[in-house]
Amino acid sequence: MATTEVEPRRVKYTWRDRLGHWDVKASPYLYIAPFFIVFGLTGLFPIIYTAVISFMDWDTIRNTGEYLGWDNFQFVLNDRQFWIALRNTFSIFLLSSVPQVIIATFIAAMLDHNLRARTFWRMGVLVPYVMMPVAVALIFSQLFADTYGLINHWLGYIGIGPIGWHVDVLSSHVAIASMVNFRWIGYNALILLAAMQAIPRELYEAAAIDGAGKARRFFSVTLPQIRPTAIFVIITSTIGGLQIFDEPRMFDTTGTGGADKQWLTITMYMYNTGWGQLNFGRAAAIAWLLFLIILAFGLLNFWLTRKLISSDQSGSK
Amino acid sequence: MSFTRRKKSLALTAGAAIFAMTIAGCSSSDDETEEPTSSATGGTTEEAGSGEPVTLTLATFNTPGYNSVEQPNADYEYDLIQEYMDLNPNVTITYDRKAESGDARTNFFTKLGPGGLADVEMIEVDWMPEVMQYSDLLEDLTSADTEGRWLESKVADATDADGRLIGAGTDVGPEAICYRASLFEEAGLPSAPDEVASLLDGDWANFFEVGQEYADATGKAFFDSTSGIWQGMIGQINPAFEDADTGEIIATENADVKAAYDQLTAAAADQSTGYQQWTEDWNAGMSNGDYATMLCPPWMLGVIEGNVGDAADDWNIANVFPNGGGNWGGSWLTVPSNGANVDEAKKLALWLTAPEQQAKAFANAGTYPSQPAAYEDPAVADATNAFFNDAPIGTLFADRAEAVPAAPFKGEFYFQVNTAITDALTRVDTDVNDAAASWDQAVSDIEALG
Repeated sequence: MATTEVEPRRVKYTWRDRLGHWDVKASPYLYIAPFFIVFGLTGLFPIIYTAVISFMDWDTIRNTGEYLGWDNFQFVLNDRQFWIALRNTFSIFLLSSVPQVIIATFIAAMLDHNLRARTFWRMGVLVPYVMMPVAVALIFSQLFADTYGLINHWLGYIGIGPIGWHVDVLSSHVAIASMVNFRWIGYNALILLAAMQAIPRELYEAAAIDGAGKARRFFSVTLPQIRPTAIFVIITSTIGGLQIFDEPRMFDTTGTGGADKQWLTITMYMYNTGWGQLNFGRAAAIAWLLFLIILAFGLLNFWLTRKLISSDQSGSK
Repeated sequence: MSFTRRKKSLALTAGAAIFAMTIAGCSSSDDETEEPTSSATGGTTEEAGSGEPVTLTLATFNTPGYNSVEQPNADYEYDLIQEYMDLNPNVTITYDRKAESGDARTNFFTKLGPGGLADVEMIEVDWMPEVMQYSDLLEDLTSADTEGRWLESKVADATDADGRLIGAGTDVGPEAICYRASLFEEAGLPSAPDEVASLLDGDWANFFEVGQEYADATGKAFFDSTSGIWQGMIGQINPAFEDADTGEIIATENADVKAAYDQLTAAAADQSTGYQQWTEDWNAGMSNGDYATMLCPPWMLGVIEGNVGDAADDWNIANVFPNGGGNWGGSWLTVPSNGANVDEAKKLALWLTAPEQQAKAFANAGTYPSQPAAYEDPAVADATNAFFNDAPIGTLFADRAEAVPAAPFKGEFYFQVNTAITDALTRVDTDVNDAAASWDQAVSDIEALG
């Protein structure tokens, strides 16, 4: 029916042919469509919405706003708390992510050996990850209490005076970073372990025959071989580290980052502005600034990691 | 092998997507079913109750004492929810209780505009100033029957500029002083409740004088935390942070605020623990004798008892409060205007906050009534607390409630300003800053608000 009039040059397709053709062409998109529809609703829309209200004095309850231009951004960039939060975020990020990746790589290398009860050890490192962050925070708040905490108690035995975990800036960051590390080291170790398992054993044999010792084999074979996975681990822990929220928020009972904002992070600053002060326009501006910071830092990190790990092994991939 | 795995993961993704859609579908169909109910009840409410069946939702937090769902182990004597349903057979109540006030606050402000709140929502004194900005979205609960039902300050806090009463008061937190008898004895101070009450009777200067005497005698802190004491002091300053007419922040120019700050920071040097409330150290210090006094609203008795157990059973309570009285905590029931069953919801809110019911709630969970008539009720008047040496808490807190001054004006910035100042106090208390530098910091923090 439909084939009668148009384009006589073409081979006549039946409805069935067309359907088949359409199936091949369109189906893949249909299969991935649910993800993008859900992402559009839950991801893209909020991102755009946030951008819009970041230029407004937004009242989320009445759903009305007054256009302010760049005022919100200007306020945030001139706010002392923003810069303190930025400092704290990077400090906690460095104190957590760097040791975390190094220790995770080390643990993964250890687990890569032929251990007895291998599965037990491998699953064991994942236990902290399964614990609820709130439960972790409860345990650590007992450990890091300033006067009656276990850690200050133990430090007392070796003559180190009580540390003001909730007073001193760096101490509070160390305490929070240890919480983060406790939770994420095992997880990252398992990912790195999986990458190490995939390294062909011949490479090690060849290196051993060439006379490479354990350390040399680790640095010259293992590390270059796990590079893509290491980049993944570093990028995800960068994003996670810059968005750190649960641990510092649970670090004291008010969750506002301490009396002198010693451990206020950017996400806490954003939360306090949004839900604490009900100033959602300004919180949206903070969200966008955080997004830009993460983007810039993620790219820098990606570039650095590629450089560092491949520097002495530029040939091998 | 790899093919089947891919298929499986595909199925999973598809499943997740379908699940997400189902959720979306559910919530939208919920809204649809709610519409007809509202129009149905709109017609029936004229015939005073016993009309068509209505389902009401009631949302609270912590332990208001309505129904033993709140604390399955506590074995409440009364079930107010069931009682109301028995009195009004057409009403079914769904009782939703959140664990914490903070969760309830987030939920309240998320749904206040778009809808989706319970028919009756409980709100707390801490977020009352913020709620008042949206008082037009809540029902006016003024009624001839409830004239004079509540303490004056309770009504004043929930009345907006147009004179609409948007909250039906449930409980209040009139403060007394809790102290540890053995520590008072150690310091050579009188330790019986009556003696302590007359010792501390006076203004804050007197309180800190006794504190200094205690600190000199024992070398230990007198009160639990600067932020705790500040809570009592600032509640008596009126106006405190904002001008009631213009809403302008006056905290940094208010001489009374600065004077209280100076008085407290001076006393804190010897008399404060340096702890913050609700921390591990504060909890442990309660048993370990690190401090001898704390400000004590009725709900704090349960906190102390639960915290110290047998470790420090000499905590006691004195019927006194420096410079008059003070209130700490308390809640209201509100009825959001966009609810489906506004009229039935109002009836429920007003019934639950009647003196008889609030007396039962007190018997259940120790939430002290904001209705003076309830203080005559035997359930309140005869109440004693075994842990605090059988202190007659019913009559004691009735005295303290009478002493509570008219609540100071709290505007939109009240809690942000207060946080800036309590942070300043904590900085001094933990030796981060000296008092003057810390105040300057607070001033610049406050000036950045708005």
